Amino acid sequence: MSAERSRIKVIIAKPGLDGHDRGAKVVARALRDAGMEVVYTGIFQTPESILRSVIQEDADVLGLSSLSGAHLEYAIEISDLLKKNGAEDVVFLVGGTIPAEDAEELRAVGVSEVFGPGTPTGEIISFIESKVRVKV
Amino acid sequence: MADLTTGLTDAEVEAWRNGRLAKDYERIPPRAKEFTTLSGLPIKDVYTSADLADIDEKADIALPGEYPYTRGVHASMHRGRPWTIRQVAGFGQAEDTNGRYKYLLAHGETGLSTDFDLPTLLGYDSDHPIYGREVGKIGVAVDTVVDAHALFEGIPLEEVSTSLTINAPAGVLMAMYRVVGDERGIAGNLLTGTTQNDILKEYTAQNEFIFPPEASVELVVDTMEYCAEVMPRFNPVSMSGYHVREAGCTAAQEVGLTIAGALCYLELGVERGIDPDKIAPRVSFFWDVHNDFFEEIAKLRAARRLWARLMKERLKCKDQRSWLMRAHCQTAGVSLTAQQPLNNIARTAVQALAAVLGGTQSLHTNSFDEAFAIPSEEAIKVAVRTQQILLAETGAGDVVDPLAGSYYVETLTKQIEDEALALIERLDAMGGMVQAVITGYANQLIADSAWEQQVKIESKERTIVGVNDFVDDDYSIGGIELHKPIPGVQERQVARLNQVKRERSQRDVAEALTAIEKAAPNLKTNLMPLIETAVRARATGGEICDVLRGQWGEHSPSTVF
Repeated sequence: MSAERSRIKVIIAKPGLDGHDRGAKVVARALRDAGMEVVYTGIFQTPESILRSVIQEDADVLGLSSLSGAHLEYAIEISDLLKKNGAEDVVFLVGGTIPAEDAEELRAVGVSEVFGPGTPTGEIISFIESKVRVKV
Repeated sequence: MADLTTGLTDAEVEAWRNGRLAKDYERIPPRAKEFTTLSGLPIKDVYTSADLADIDEKADIALPGEYPYTRGVHASMHRGRPWTIRQVAGFGQAEDTNGRYKYLLAHGETGLSTDFDLPTLLGYDSDHPIYGREVGKIGVAVDTVVDAHALFEGIPLEEVSTSLTINAPAGVLMAMYRVVGDERGIAGNLLTGTTQNDILKEYTAQNEFIFPPEASVELVVDTMEYCAEVMPRFNPVSMSGYHVREAGCTAAQEVGLTIAGALCYLELGVERGIDPDKIAPRVSFFWDVHNDFFEEIAKLRAARRLWARLMKERLKCKDQRSWLMRAHCQTAGVSLTAQQPLNNIARTAVQALAAVLGGTQSLHTNSFDEAFAIPSEEAIKVAVRTQQILLAETGAGDVVDPLAGSYYVETLTKQIEDEALALIERLDAMGGMVQAVITGYANQLIADSAWEQQVKIESKERTIVGVNDFVDDDYSIGGIELHKPIPGVQERQVARLNQVKRERSQRDVAEALTAIEKAAPNLKTNLMPLIETAVRARATGGEICDVLRGQWGEHSPSTVF
């Protein structure tokens, strides 16, 4: 988090055609209630449009929500785009229905943490606060 | 309700509450400060005949198969015809899903149900440059009627009914089904099944919309009229409470929003001069069956009663078939946990029992591995066997509406009916469901209920076993292998798409698409005969939807949370 900004800025994004957005919206609301500035992109986002949101909003955190089984392709592509565009410092989180072995692979490509179904929002908040504080 | 009166007076009940019950609580205090249903309805410690003072057995409960159908749409219910075991399935190419269908039928399934992949659901072909990666992932890819032929190869469509979980492009898939039947020599009046085709709940919950709501609801009316003419035993619409409930609303909101949606389509039909008795009998329903056992049973009973009353009194339907709420139920996907996933078998079994006792016509039981992936064959088998155990071993289907007359269930039934009707009246006052979508009212209603439930879970006011209590690190799925996406599906699907495009008459396709383009601006023109012509000519779903996108535009996703 940059020194002059007092609030952590988060983008919650839904890639591709997956419409399951209950989790994305609940997490967005919990992070907002925890004092963060949250932008929810809505569904039907492409990797490029998600990158644009991250850069435009100068976000500290990107939370990607996927329940359609396409998490690997999208996360790998977005992770590459973040690196290529100097945004590799953004804390990249993935949430949704993610099998354990895929979670390993996601971490290997630069995803900071993967949050599965039933994760308490408090856990996500603590994780973000620990990661973003480190950057100050 | 004279025949249920036990003779207890209010004073006697009050004396018991202040005496014996209070004494019990002194010794062992109640487990919670207040008890509520999963949807938040307050629950008293005990219910008596006094709670039924406003309920009239003849008018409100009646007998099974008789108005207002509180006790079921058929007189004999599951004693005669058991509910249909209908597991939704779909992945990969049509051949892959066809194989799963045959597996399910071999294990005692009695009806088919199709999940399509996201590109198909959103009206894109499998060669889409961005969305092509989602081909065959969470459902089956169907680009043209050639795929639809492969999907149902070897399945006797004149004997097995098929549900198609498709909404924005429902007209296209419905036409494909009709054309498959026709090209196989099966008459339209022998085809039975359902398209989900309830577009309103896409804007509020499931998010598989393409066009703006005003045009989309008219397309639904087109399909209702088309079906009544060419496939009279096919249900064009499955009014879906399932998705709004999964997205977070309460049981009563599920009933209210869903019935309000059905009224919207039917009243638009009436505006076009269609006799409601021509289309209402083929409106079917699809409910979520969640964890609160009695509330879910009451919800199904309340929904049937409210629908019958509205069809008779508000739409003035005279055909008794118009009053019947025939329903498919699915256990609550949202209740499945990734933690200790074998526990999901118990959850699903209890939910399925509620669906049976609530009088469902058809049932999908979720598989225990679905918090990770679409189900594996092993997990599906447990789900199917759960239904078979309910029917064969528990006696749950052996008596019709066994919970009628329960002081508690009848009270809940009335509460849910009253609350759902009040919501329908609020929606009417704001101009109906289309307006509730455009203004974001319905989306906010659902998001607020979802948030309230999350707060209850996080504060542990609501316990979820394995998630916020009895927690351990067990994510074991009993040694089975999760379903994995099939490699190479997109390449093979695109190859077939290209082959179909090479072999078809380009002129016929172009003419058919132009005809749709010309007719689309007048929303009251029935597009279905034109869509059928295009499908027959091997036009793709993407091509047909692109023409409609050009005329109607697209609906922008909501960013409200």
